[in-house]
Amino acid sequence: MFFKKSPWIIHYDATSCNGCDIEVVASLTPMYDLERFGIVNTGNPKHADIFVVTGAVNESSRMVVKNIYDQMPNPKVVVAVGICATSGGVFRECYNVLGGVDKVIPVDVYVPGCAARPESIIDGIITALDILERRLVEFRKAKSEARRQEKKLRRYHLND
Amino acid sequence: MSQRNVIPFGPQHPVLPEPIHLDLVTEDETVIEAIPSIGFVHRGLEKLVEKKDYQDFVYVAERICGICSFMHGMTYCQAVEEIMEIAVPERALYLRTVWAELSRIHSHLMWLGLAADAFGFESLFMNCWRLREGILDIIEATTGGRVIFGSCKIGGVRRDIDDETMKGIVEKLGTIGAEIGRTTDVFLNDYSVQHRLKGIGVLSGEEAHALGTVGPVLRASGVAMDARKIDYAAYRNLKFEPVVEKAGDCHARCRVRVREIFQSVDLIGQAARKMPGGEIFVKVTGAPNGEFFSRVEQPRGEVIYYVKANGTKNLQRFRVRTPTFANLPAMVKMLEGASIADVPNIILTIDPCISCVER
Repeated sequence: MFFKKSPWIIHYDATSCNGCDIEVVASLTPMYDLERFGIVNTGNPKHADIFVVTGAVNESSRMVVKNIYDQMPNPKVVVAVGICATSGGVFRECYNVLGGVDKVIPVDVYVPGCAARPESIIDGIITALDILERRLVEFRKAKSEARRQEKKLRRYHLND
Repeated sequence: MSQRNVIPFGPQHPVLPEPIHLDLVTEDETVIEAIPSIGFVHRGLEKLVEKKDYQDFVYVAERICGICSFMHGMTYCQAVEEIMEIAVPERALYLRTVWAELSRIHSHLMWLGLAADAFGFESLFMNCWRLREGILDIIEATTGGRVIFGSCKIGGVRRDIDDETMKGIVEKLGTIGAEIGRTTDVFLNDYSVQHRLKGIGVLSGEEAHALGTVGPVLRASGVAMDARKIDYAAYRNLKFEPVVEKAGDCHARCRVRVREIFQSVDLIGQAARKMPGGEIFVKVTGAPNGEFFSRVEQPRGEVIYYVKANGTKNLQRFRVRTPTFANLPAMVKMLEGASIADVPNIILTIDPCISCVER
C-alpha cells in the first residue's frame, strides 16, 4: 500500500569514474539525507526496489549489471546517474565502452550531470518513486488477473 | 585437516563502492590466498589521446578518477607544460597547491567514513561525511564543481581566488578543523575502533618497500616517502614533513590519514600567507614534442604519468601508473592469513580506487 514510503536502493558502479558514486553516497548522508524519505542503501539485490547505476557499461560489467537487475524482485525501477550512464559521455569514443546503461537493461530515469549533483540525484530517485508506485499497481492488477484466470481454468477442469 | 573453500568477494559487495573481484581461498575462517581479478571498470581512456586535442584531454584526465580528479588534471598539465617548457605563473602554482590539498582533505574524510562503515560504526561514517560537505562547499565556492573541478588547464588555472575569499577559506578551515579533530579523536582513541584495527594486516617496512607500495600505506610502515618533497607546484616554498607511523597495521594507516588531514589544513594556511599576486595563466600555442614522466602525491600515494608527444595536436602515448595499482600486491599479501571478518577492513585501508587502477 505504502510501497513508495520505504524503497531500498542498490548501487552499482558500471564503469564510472567514482565522481557519481561518491555523490550517490553523499546524497544518503546527513547533508542531503535521502534517508528521510525512508530510502536505505542495501547491498543485496534481492532486497532492493531501485537500481542506481553509474557509469557506462563495458564488456565485463555488462553481465554484472544484467545479473543484479535480474535478481531484483518485481516491481523495480532503474535510475541511470550521470552522463556516462546516459550515453557514455566523455568516454563514448573509448574502445571498451559499449554506451549507456540502456544498452543492457531498460532505464526509467536518466539523471544528467558530470558529476551528477546530489540534488539532481534526489530528484531522479523521487521521480523513480512515482514510477515504482505506478508499476506496483500494474503488477498487482496483473497478479490478480493471473489468479482469476487460474481459478477459471481450475473450474473448467473440474467441470470437465 | 580442515576443508578449503573458495569464497567470491565482489564485484558487487556492500563494503565496496567500486567493483573489484577477489577469490578468497579459505580454511575455516582464515584466508589462505586471495586472487584478485580486475577489469570491471576498464574504459581504455589512454587510447583516447589519439582522438582528442592535447588541450581538451585535460577534461578526460580529470575523469580518470572522481575523488582525486584535480590532481589527475594537474599531473597531466605538469607533464605537458614540462615538454613545452612553459613557465607557469607563481600564483597559479599556489592555487593548484590549495586545491590539491583541499581535495586531499575531502578524500581522507571520505575514506575515514568508508572505513568506519566497513567496521560497522554507522554514526561515525555519517559524521565524517557531514564534515566532508564543509570542504566541498569551499571547493564549490571557488571552482564551481563539487567533485570534478575543471579548474586546471595547460599553462595555469582557470579561476582565481581573491585574497578576501582566501582569508575566509583559512578561517573556515580552522573551524572545520576543530570539528574534524573531535571526530578523528574517536578513530585515534576509541576502544572498539582500536579493537578492530590494531594488529590487523601488518606490513613491515621492508615488505612494504619490496612490494612497491606508495602513499599512506608505505608511510604507515615507517618509510618516509612523499612525492610532494620532489618540489612540484608550490611545495618547494612550503614547510612540511611526511607523516610517518611505525606500526604498519590498519590502525597506523588510519592514523597517517588523520594526521595528513591536519597537515593539509596547515599547508593551505601557509600557501594563503605566501601567495603572490599576478597572472594566473599564460597563453599556450603550438604543440608539444617530446616525452616526460610527471609525479604527483595523490591522497592514495604517488601517481606517475608518462606523456609522449610528436609535435602534432594529438599525443602519441599516454600512460598512467596509479597509486592503488602499486598497492594491490601489498593488499593481497596482507589478506593472506587474515580472518575473513577482517577482509573488508584490510581492503579498505589501502584506500582502493578501482577506476584509477583500470582507467
